[in-house]
Amino acid sequence: MRRFWFVARGVAWRSIHNTLVSPAILVPSIAFPLFFLAAFAGGLSKIAQVPDFNYPPGYTAFQFVFVFLQSAAFGGVFTGFAVARDFDSGFARRLLLTAPQRSGIVAGYCGGALARWFVTGSVVTIAALLAGMHVPADGSELVGMLALGILANTVSALWACGVAMFLRTEQAGALIQMPVFVVIFLAPIYVPLSLLTGWIHSVASVNPATFVLEAARGLLANSPVDVLLAFALLGGGIAVMAFWARRGLASAERAG
Amino acid sequence: MPGPAIVVEQLVREFRKGPRAVDGINLEVSPGEIYGFLGPNGAGKSTTVLMLTTLLPPTSGRASVGGFDIVHEGAHVRASIGAALQEAALDAILTGREHLMLQATLQGIPKATRVRRADELLERVGLVEAANRRVGGYSGGMKRRLDLALALVHSPSILFLDEPTTGLDLQSRTALWDEVARLAHDEGMTVFLTTQYLEEADALADRVGIIDHGKIVAEDTPAKLKAEIGSPTVEVLPADLATGDAIAEALGRFGSPTRGGRGSLTVQLPDGEAQLAELVRVLDQAGLHVASLHLHQPSLDDVFLAKTGRKLEGAAEEDPDATPEETTKRSRRRRGR
Amino acid sequence: MVVEPANASGLLAQIGAVGRRSITRTLRQRALLIFPMLFPLILFAINGSALSAATKIPGFPPVSYRAFLLAVPFMQGALFIAVTAGIDLARDIESGFFNRLALTPLRGSALLAGQLAGGVVVAVLQSVVYLLVGIAAGVGIASGVGGALVLLVLSILIAFGFAGVGALIALRSGSGEAVQAIFPLLFVTLFLSSSSLPRPLLRVQWFHDVATYNPVSYLIEGMRSLVITGWNGQALAMGFGFALALVIISLTLANIAIKNRLVRT
Repeated sequence: MRRFWFVARGVAWRSIHNTLVSPAILVPSIAFPLFFLAAFAGGLSKIAQVPDFNYPPGYTAFQFVFVFLQSAAFGGVFTGFAVARDFDSGFARRLLLTAPQRSGIVAGYCGGALARWFVTGSVVTIAALLAGMHVPADGSELVGMLALGILANTVSALWACGVAMFLRTEQAGALIQMPVFVVIFLAPIYVPLSLLTGWIHSVASVNPATFVLEAARGLLANSPVDVLLAFALLGGGIAVMAFWARRGLASAERAG
Repeated sequence: MPGPAIVVEQLVREFRKGPRAVDGINLEVSPGEIYGFLGPNGAGKSTTVLMLTTLLPPTSGRASVGGFDIVHEGAHVRASIGAALQEAALDAILTGREHLMLQATLQGIPKATRVRRADELLERVGLVEAANRRVGGYSGGMKRRLDLALALVHSPSILFLDEPTTGLDLQSRTALWDEVARLAHDEGMTVFLTTQYLEEADALADRVGIIDHGKIVAEDTPAKLKAEIGSPTVEVLPADLATGDAIAEALGRFGSPTRGGRGSLTVQLPDGEAQLAELVRVLDQAGLHVASLHLHQPSLDDVFLAKTGRKLEGAAEEDPDATPEETTKRSRRRRGR
Repeated sequence: MVVEPANASGLLAQIGAVGRRSITRTLRQRALLIFPMLFPLILFAINGSALSAATKIPGFPPVSYRAFLLAVPFMQGALFIAVTAGIDLARDIESGFFNRLALTPLRGSALLAGQLAGGVVVAVLQSVVYLLVGIAAGVGIASGVGGALVLLVLSILIAFGFAGVGALIALRSGSGEAVQAIFPLLFVTLFLSSSSLPRPLLRVQWFHDVATYNPVSYLIEGMRSLVITGWNGQALAMGFGFALALVIISLTLANIAIKNRLVRT
């Protein structure tokens, strides 16, 4: 177990270090959520005037929760890109050779994803607060929202590591990103689930991301809904994706 | 073609914040000659080629190629030359034949003759079977051969080859050498070839110019350059180490032997390799047995060592400043070229 | 067979040769062709439904949200073309293929026009696909068949202009990474426009101001007017005006950039 943590710590350190010292990596991961926040909270604020739209903290807060969770998920996706790059450059092979406990590599990348999100998540939160976001939530609810973000980040990072390790090329980027993107955008982003109609309502009703998003919005609004369900879904997601990432790692080990 | 094929006078290329990549070189290449431009990475070879092929303007000095000034008559220069530059710049998604057809069209070859010319060149470089395959699947040697064929599409009289065999295996390298030699000797094409391989310059070039830090430090036929260094040496490894002194004494009549590793003794043959037989006789008459006897001819590496004080191999790595060619690429990107 | 450089080969033959290569490359890289085409359609499908509640905002035009949104995939497609056209050119520069072309009597303008040909083919293909998907999704074109054709022309013109932007960045930087990096910035111009709601309904003042000064708003509104309004002279004039300006500026600058890059002595 000690060796596992040694490896995880080393890989996480490198991942964090690379993110922080390379503007080409850091800037897009901060800029994207900010653009989303500006475009959705700024450009669509009139949506709050749609009859039956009822989110007391306001549209900025409504969109903030989405962007907060979206940035968490994309923290994982961007880490997947880094893993794929490591395989392309041959660095990952060196890691596989040196690491005594190889599952520590995946854990390390996940740690890197989390650290990356702490940077982007903080920037997005500050931006939303500066834009005048109203936060009715109490301390425990905020911690709950943060925990949902951490778990979402880990699910996404495990998914991304798995794909990157299966394909071991930077070309994997689209395949890492696309499913996460689609799952997120098939949740009720712009209006609450109750205001969606047609096929998107049917899809969003069974999309796990919907429950996580609505639970987080409930927590921020100080009126929690389905919080336990959201945690259970993310816990299940971590179990499934950990298995997936382990398989990816095994595939990379077989390929040598 | 009247007069020399290539004339270079005091050619200089400077880069901002970089060393002088090419520092006042002079050279002349006759029609039909293969001129080998030998030097380590970063010596200024590629910068020279870029200038002579009109892709990079010189800072000062002048040069003419095919009788045309490289600065004022660029279009005429380009019409008379073919060039295979350092990167085998090919499009992985196109086939070999498509490359040739594109090049032929851009060179203004009439439609009726394009297909024939492409077939002819594919045949010549041995790519007929691979002609309709995408270049992405070609081996390094095949890419270099296609590169050569592309340079020949418009039947130029002068060919520039910038490190044409770097990274190739021995077989591909030899095949390319044969083709280049054939072009020069059978078709009278002038070839300006840069290389960092001694054996390549030795095997191919009629004359060799050695470039280091942007300056030509020696220039002549390979044989004369080597002769300049001196006569061959013989390295003798005694069968019995105890006889080392006796062997040294016997070798003393040729010169003063130097001792090397594993008890070996090396002596220079002042009258050339013809003295080898005499040396063997001397040892035999003295009843001295040897484990091995190795005749060492002076190489271009020895010439490079004598002229620059460094071995050619690894010369670029030894000298942190000697990377003007990389600087060339960086600087050209910066300038938006 | 030494060719006289002055009248080496006709401009048209040169454009044809480079254009054929560009189109061949584009059609052979199907993954690169399909993803940029699909992505705007996915967003159209999702946002067309997810934002349908927006039609209930007082002051929203009396059309479905899908009809309102149809112009956006055309715009996104054009932005993707900027990136793919730019990367294609940047790769040629990075690999040295550009130098090979520079050694032929090829003219800079012919090279540029030929290189953009691949982008235009994609633009035609994707514009037709977007239009058909829109119609299949129940969107009626208010300006009729003639309007649909004008929509195609306008969208291709916009794509051509953005292909010029991509080429310009590639020629100035000579780096595929630089072209990639510009992509999010291009998308910001789409985000900060009237792509999701009509300009009068943009409530946040700074956003409203940015969208008003953002030419992308007028490109979208020009295309949108053909779908939801019919023949709206002002919107079309603005749309075509900005599209033409984009084409002229980007191609002029790209032409200068290619001449600089092709500096042969």
